[in-house]
Amino acid sequence: MLSKEYLHAERNQPWREALRKTMKNKERTDLPRVKMPEQPPEIRIHNFQEVNLGLTPELALAESHRCLDCVNPTCIMGCPVEVNIPKFIKNIERGEILEAAKTLKETNTLPAVCGRVCPQERQCESHCFYVQKLKKEAVAIGHLERFAADYEHESGNISIPETASTNEIKIAVVGSGPAGLAFAGDMAKLGYEVTVFEALHELGGVLRYGIPEFRLPNKIVDTEIEVLKKMGVKFETNCIIGKTISQEDLKEFGYKGIFIGSGAGFPNFMNIPGENLIGVMSANEYLTRVNLMRAADPDSDTPVHRGKKVAVIGGGNTAMDAVRTARRLGAEKAMIVYRRSEEEMPARIEEVKHAKEEGIEFLTLHNPLRYEGDEKGHVRKMLLQRMRLGEPDASGRRRPIPIEGDTVWIEVDEVIVSIGVSPNPLIPSTFTGLEVTPYGTIVIDEETMQTGVDYIFAGGDIVRGGATVILAMGDGRKAAKGMDAWLKKTL
Amino acid sequence: MNKIVGKEYLSEKVVKFEIEAPLIAKSRKAGHFVIVRIGEKGERIPYTIVSSDPQKGTITLVVQNVGKSSGKFCELNVGDYVTDLVGPLGKATHIDNFGTVLCAGGGVGIAPILPIVEAMKKAGNQVIAILAARTKELIILENEIRQFADEVHIMTDDGSYGKKGLITEGVEEIIQSKKVDLCVTAGPTIMMKFVSELTKKYNIPTIASLNPIMVDGTGMCGACRVTVGGKIKFVCIDGPEFDAHQVNFDELIMRLHAYD
Ligand SMILES: Cc1cc2nc3c(=O)[nH]c(=O)nc-3n(C[C@H](O)[C@H](O)[C@H](O)COP(=O)(O)OP(=O)(O)OC[C@H]3O[C@@H](n4cnc5c(N)ncnc54)[C@H](O)[C@@H]3O)c2cc1C
Ligand SMILES: Cc1cc2nc3c(=O)[nH]c(=O)nc-3n(C[C@H](O)[C@H](O)[C@H](O)COP(=O)(O)OP(=O)(O)OC[C@H]3O[C@@H](n4cnc5c(N)ncnc54)[C@H](O)[C@@H]3O)c2cc1C
Ligand code: SF4
Ligand code: SF4
Ligand code: FES
Repeated sequence: MLSKEYLHAERNQPWREALRKTMKNKERTDLPRVKMPEQPPEIRIHNFQEVNLGLTPELALAESHRCLDCVNPTCIMGCPVEVNIPKFIKNIERGEILEAAKTLKETNTLPAVCGRVCPQERQCESHCFYVQKLKKEAVAIGHLERFAADYEHESGNISIPETASTNEIKIAVVGSGPAGLAFAGDMAKLGYEVTVFEALHELGGVLRYGIPEFRLPNKIVDTEIEVLKKMGVKFETNCIIGKTISQEDLKEFGYKGIFIGSGAGFPNFMNIPGENLIGVMSANEYLTRVNLMRAADPDSDTPVHRGKKVAVIGGGNTAMDAVRTARRLGAEKAMIVYRRSEEEMPARIEEVKHAKEEGIEFLTLHNPLRYEGDEKGHVRKMLLQRMRLGEPDASGRRRPIPIEGDTVWIEVDEVIVSIGVSPNPLIPSTFTGLEVTPYGTIVIDEETMQTGVDYIFAGGDIVRGGATVILAMGDGRKAAKGMDAWLKKTL
Repeated sequence: MNKIVGKEYLSEKVVKFEIEAPLIAKSRKAGHFVIVRIGEKGERIPYTIVSSDPQKGTITLVVQNVGKSSGKFCELNVGDYVTDLVGPLGKATHIDNFGTVLCAGGGVGIAPILPIVEAMKKAGNQVIAILAARTKELIILENEIRQFADEVHIMTDDGSYGKKGLITEGVEEIIQSKKVDLCVTAGPTIMMKFVSELTKKYNIPTIASLNPIMVDGTGMCGACRVTVGGKIKFVCIDGPEFDAHQVNFDELIMRLHAYD
């Protein structure tokens, strides 16, 4: 945890004091929150370019004025990696954008990614003084984070974090998603010789194969990975730990520690009739075809269905990504089918808003019962059960209850199932000694991220089930600290 | 990037490649496959590992040119590189001393049969192989299989080599003439379906090596799902070999046409 003393010392720096005096708090709180410039919906549904265009320097400056540089910056408590939020925002206000970017990177390995995909309205921004005390819109922390990170990328002046001289201790990382990348970055800083092994032919995990280009361009992920390469981290693609290289092989090759960040990439299905018809697929398959295999590109060898009437089952970020991708691939009717109401949807609010602007239909309180196909086995219609909300369940969300006899048939020619993922079973099934929960997640010590096998640490979706990018990164960082301490003690 | 060090045409449309992949050569077992990608725009396509040479660090794949991606693959020559190659994928064949094992391979399905014939023989089984194809030149790897199998029977649709007739006729003849403890089959899905129906009639446990459409090959997408015993299975991690009598072949055949 960032200590109060540290935060105060930084806050009392002369430049911050001076900056606070340039404007009255009342003037700051009267400023309206800036609006993110966006591609207009009627244009963006025909391309895969980013929807959010990023704040202009003027907008970023205006928004930075809103932050009160609070004595007690509650926003930081909402951030899983404890970004020093007022410090980076005040750096933007004084025009030191590269310093702002540096501040972000003190605790966040991938700020350009998080600025774009964090559910800020549930994390940092929900804890902002504006929301908590003033009942006003939060400071746009995410937009500002993205601004500073992009500014640094575009300046060509990307700061490469300093690395200690090598201690020649070899560390293996399983998976190149945000957990693995964050872990690798921190260990490289400490002087370890880190190699990241990735099963797929490209790096980034969900950031690459899952989240679409219109929300997180691949270029951003590439730039972040370049930084890690410059820090000395090695990457091996096409290498499945547990298959290509075993747990024993890793030991034999001299790796002293292993971090498992293998994610939750195993798609769930509902096991209802017709789910294996042609045109019914998991969101992972659909998004992998389009993002990793670039199937929308006419010269790609990988095919993808381009349905005209597409239903996406689910209400999370993955569902929004899939339905908006379908729209961009020419769906005339693109629907979200979700068994609860909009209020319970786990997706980021911005994604729901963008989806609506793009003409996505929301069939909330509906749940599929079966699919039927034509003589060739292509899906043609789905039977939906109408639902109502009952009492809150264990998750605190109101439980959806079927309304007896109230069903409806809807025509579809493509269905994308996005009802969640389970932990990737590959590592738990090929490694010995790991303790696994009934949900398939790996059991760890929450302080250190150490597993029952002392030289193996784990983090991200493989220990949490499906979570978020920033939580995965937070785990990776915690594990780096834990493993470093453990190695220092034992070696 | 993996270098191609050997190429041989087994027939006009079937190519045998020897490819550098030292780690896979060392760890692979019968039943395993790899996923390859040819070119930066290439798709990920699965191929069975037919054999390997751990000393040389190479694996052997047999590729039938049936369309776009396999066609691109077959155009590669010695010295060229496969853009991406990952494996070994899937579960290894369950090898044991069963007694008498009948291995029925059709067309390019003879390729996955070879490592199984080898492993079954080494485990002490009496191994009978039936190799079938449309015509003589499509019977591949016959000499390699003869090295391990106790008996090899050849069948062609047109009678140009071996016996004329369908593979099921050959299988039935053997089943009627001696006690078969296990049947293993690989080939076109429709062929496996008929072999399975036949052996079911005779109550002979049967393993089929399935070849659905795949994307990642690591259990991430579900494209390869099949129904086995009424349950969804992912062929890339739960297979590729399953109890043939439990497999819903009609559904698999339908799903193979997803991108026609
Ligand atoms: C479509 C989609 C949209 C999302 N949107 C958001 C969002 O907007 N905001 C947000 O915060 N979160 C979002 N999430 C969730 C977030 O992406 C995940 O929580 C996060 O990526 C988890 O990180 P990870 O590093 O644990 O695993 P992953 O990102 O899943 O990476 C794991 C990597 O490990 C590799 N791997 C697995 N097994 C092995 C092995 N044996 N050997 C080698 N490599 C292996 C995999 O191929 C993969 O590349 C989204 C998820 C999806 C699917
Ligand atoms: C576990 C496994 C092992 C295999 N082993 C071998 C082998 O040893 N030798 C061999 O020649 N073939 C093998 N195959 C089949 C081989 O993968 C397909 O023939 C090949 O993918 C067809 O690609 P194509 O683009 O050339 O064909 P096309 O007919 O042009 O493909 C049409 C579309 O079908 C899709 N497709 C993907 N996978 C398959 C598939 N398995 N079958 C048919 N279509 C597919 C592709 O997306 C492609 O775009 C195996 C398949 C599996 C699943
Ligand atoms: S990393 Fe995410 S939660 Fe933390 S400050 Fe940035 S946007 Fe907010
Ligand atoms: S709580 Fe809000 S206003 Fe206060 S420092 Fe954090 S972002 Fe600025
Ligand atoms: S090929 Fe993707 S899960 Fe099997």
